[in-house]
Amino acid sequence: MENVLDAKIPEGPLAEKWSKHKFGLKLVNPANKRKYDVIVVGSGLAGASAAASLAELGYNVKCFTFHDSPRRAHSIAAQGGINAAKNYQNDGDSVYRLFYDTIKGGDFRAREANVYRLAEVSVNIIDQCVAQGVPFAREYGGLLANRSFGGAQVSRTFYARGQTGQQLLLGAYSALSRQIAAGKVKMYTRTEMLDTVLVDGQARGIVTRNLVTGAIESHAAHAVLLCTGGYGNVFFLSTNAMNCNVTAAWRAHKRGAYFANPCFTQIHPTCIPVSGHYQSKLTLMSESLRNDGRIWVPKTKEDAELIRQGKKSPLDLKEDERDYFLERKYPSFGNLVPRDVGSRNAKYMCDEGRGVGSTGLAVYMDFSDAIKRDGESVISAKYGNLFEMYETITGENPYKVPMRIFPAVHYTMGGLWVDYNLMTTVPGLYALGEANFSDHGANRLGASALMQGLADGYFVIPYTLGDYLATIGPAKVTTDHPAFKQVEQEVSEHISKIMAINGTKTVDEIHRQLGLIMWDYCGMSRTAEGLEKARMEIQKLKNLFWTDLKVLGTHTEMNQTLEKAMRLWDFLELGALMVEDALTRNESCGGHFREEYQTPDGEAERNDDDFAFVSAWKWEGPDKTQTLVKENLQFENVKLSKRSYK
Amino acid sequence: MKLTLKIWRQKSTDTEGRLVDYVVDKISEDMSFLEMLDVLNEDLIKKGEDPVTFDHDCREGICGTCSLYINGRPHGPTRITTCQLHMRTFKDGETITIEPWRAKAFPVVKDLMVNRSSFDRIIQAGGYVSVNTGSARDANETPIGKEIADEAFNSATCIACGACVAACKNASAMLFVGAKISQLAMLPQGQPERKRRAEAMVAQMDAEGFGACSNTMACVAECPKSISMANIVSLNREYIGAKLTSNQV
Repeated sequence: MENVLDAKIPEGPLAEKWSKHKFGLKLVNPANKRKYDVIVVGSGLAGASAAASLAELGYNVKCFTFHDSPRRAHSIAAQGGINAAKNYQNDGDSVYRLFYDTIKGGDFRAREANVYRLAEVSVNIIDQCVAQGVPFAREYGGLLANRSFGGAQVSRTFYARGQTGQQLLLGAYSALSRQIAAGKVKMYTRTEMLDTVLVDGQARGIVTRNLVTGAIESHAAHAVLLCTGGYGNVFFLSTNAMNCNVTAAWRAHKRGAYFANPCFTQIHPTCIPVSGHYQSKLTLMSESLRNDGRIWVPKTKEDAELIRQGKKSPLDLKEDERDYFLERKYPSFGNLVPRDVGSRNAKYMCDEGRGVGSTGLAVYMDFSDAIKRDGESVISAKYGNLFEMYETITGENPYKVPMRIFPAVHYTMGGLWVDYNLMTTVPGLYALGEANFSDHGANRLGASALMQGLADGYFVIPYTLGDYLATIGPAKVTTDHPAFKQVEQEVSEHISKIMAINGTKTVDEIHRQLGLIMWDYCGMSRTAEGLEKARMEIQKLKNLFWTDLKVLGTHTEMNQTLEKAMRLWDFLELGALMVEDALTRNESCGGHFREEYQTPDGEAERNDDDFAFVSAWKWEGPDKTQTLVKENLQFENVKLSKRSYK
Repeated sequence: MKLTLKIWRQKSTDTEGRLVDYVVDKISEDMSFLEMLDVLNEDLIKKGEDPVTFDHDCREGICGTCSLYINGRPHGPTRITTCQLHMRTFKDGETITIEPWRAKAFPVVKDLMVNRSSFDRIIQAGGYVSVNTGSARDANETPIGKEIADEAFNSATCIACGACVAACKNASAMLFVGAKISQLAMLPQGQPERKRRAEAMVAQMDAEGFGACSNTMACVAECPKSISMANIVSLNREYIGAKLTSNQV
């Protein structure tokens, strides 16, 4: 192969790679750190932890968020927990086991060295968060409590009721706030990044839009960190927040950063089902519920039909009339199989005609046995807020009747390609957290997103960034450089072009259509035929966007429709790439399930001979086919095996 | 359902605003309140009228972004965030008045969107534990009783939506400030900076133009995260204690 990416993985035994690498990295001496400026885009777990940690070291940080406050990033909505290989439970956990579970959970499509480092620093994250005053759940003796999560047979998940993401984010936000007060971080709220600026091939800044005034502004620095989250909203309906988008990462992609494994998306098995066409988003019910909730559908289609018509209630069905399909098919992991397996099996049940709820697109998650065993008060203490949320949205009481759940788009494993140092293919441009592709392979395990976001921000980038900065030196580029004026002009022209369309379709109408195409053809299961159809449909939508979109108002004021329109265009281009990626990967692995490649009993059939690589896509220009560049995955420590949870 | 909406429209911070009437039809009772506003905005765009600007994001009750004052109450008739409010709470034919938060320290940005950066500045004044990344000791070396950890968690669930301020006739932020001060005062990690924190956060709260506690407990009645009055009691105790025995010289 002519084009192969070098991930710069350090030499040496797996367990020593990170320590050795850290020692080999160049340092910037404390007095010189103040001569360097760093831009951090995004203030979620990855962004806030990176901005705070870099400012503590002495760098001058500028941090950007489109929210009104850095505390509102969507990390805040993570419910269940954060993994760490503390082995506080004495149940056989270790750094190696967390590493192995994550590699296996990702269906052997992640990079060994990165995942090992993630498991290694996981223990420091818990220490750091506790020191910040994060109120994790505790036992009566005062020590930290744990629970188990999908894809693992040990209890290594730390949690704060069903609001772990909130508490961790508020911890990072408090560290960030301290640095803002100290003058080491300048915070820009309601400011959206719209492009990356390269000078002599290096990332030297960004162009932003002030969402209140519409002003287009430039910001220069020695390096740019994108901590801008995932792209699940390409599906329109997802568990992402309404404003989550791919714009920052996508515009960086168009400036030369390769986009890796775009088709690896995670469909989470336990979300509240869609109730109507007006639906704006889907709500997750934490994976932790699967510790006590048993998932089932009626054994017969007839019972399912009666339930759908409202003539029977799930409570009418006796034990032997229920099919606990995960426990039946996967006896050793049961309801705690990884997310991709759980989702796909729920889909199979509904495809068979055994789905419940008025639409037939739901399965039950039942807590009656757990309530009988532990009592309502114990269950309420564990999951009270989730049960309340469910009742608020559906009007049903899950203490009395089983929850109805269905899979929904939740997380994107794909993202900007980064090397071991978290640098993209553009020198000086880094990607952290969900915005990069690096640690979860083809499927992410529960409670690992929080771990990765904080690992990247607190414990990886503070080391690896210094090496780059020491190499380029402190000489500054200012926003007077023609490269900034050029990008500003391109951004302004793009905005003017959108404002001038003056058609009849709203942004949401086109976005909904894109979402349906992606869900039907590039969702839980995919075929070459369907993907080819999606390719044509997306092309049609792209044409519709430029001929018939309607955006009112002006670009020199607060204009939420314009914000959404710009994000939609980037989603349309990304959607097209996801389809190409899914078409190229002729195997099934993790969240990517191609119907042509499955075992007789319907499990994913991976092809390690031909596809043990990362697909990184290089932008070649508008309306040109992007080029596939590969990073071959070397497995030196784990044996590639068929992922079995039976 | 068919509803009449009276919505506050205001072009920008410096312009005058007014209530404008709209009618929405075919509203399902399973819709969330914000989805109902989405429907209105789609209609308005189709008609060529400027859609209503409002803040929202996660739509699952945790980011604290949504901030609508509905029929004279923050987040509407029930004690949940606006995004979790569903139309089944309202009756067909009803008139619903929707305004932004009303407080001097939360100026209107546009229509129903306000600027709550004053909350961020209060946290920046001292709502943290000063611990640099990397200097923490093993998490289990600091045992914290379950009861204390749970209470600290209850205070820490504040989402900084600002409903407490909007509910108070004095636009006081004491519940918000009290929640953070109590959380950290309860935990061993918060002890070294305990007095400094209380003094600095209260000083910033005053500087931002929030009023004094009205003692009506309207904030507690409206808080979507059930932050309790005990947090204000604790704030008063922490502040007075800090003032009397201040470490500041």
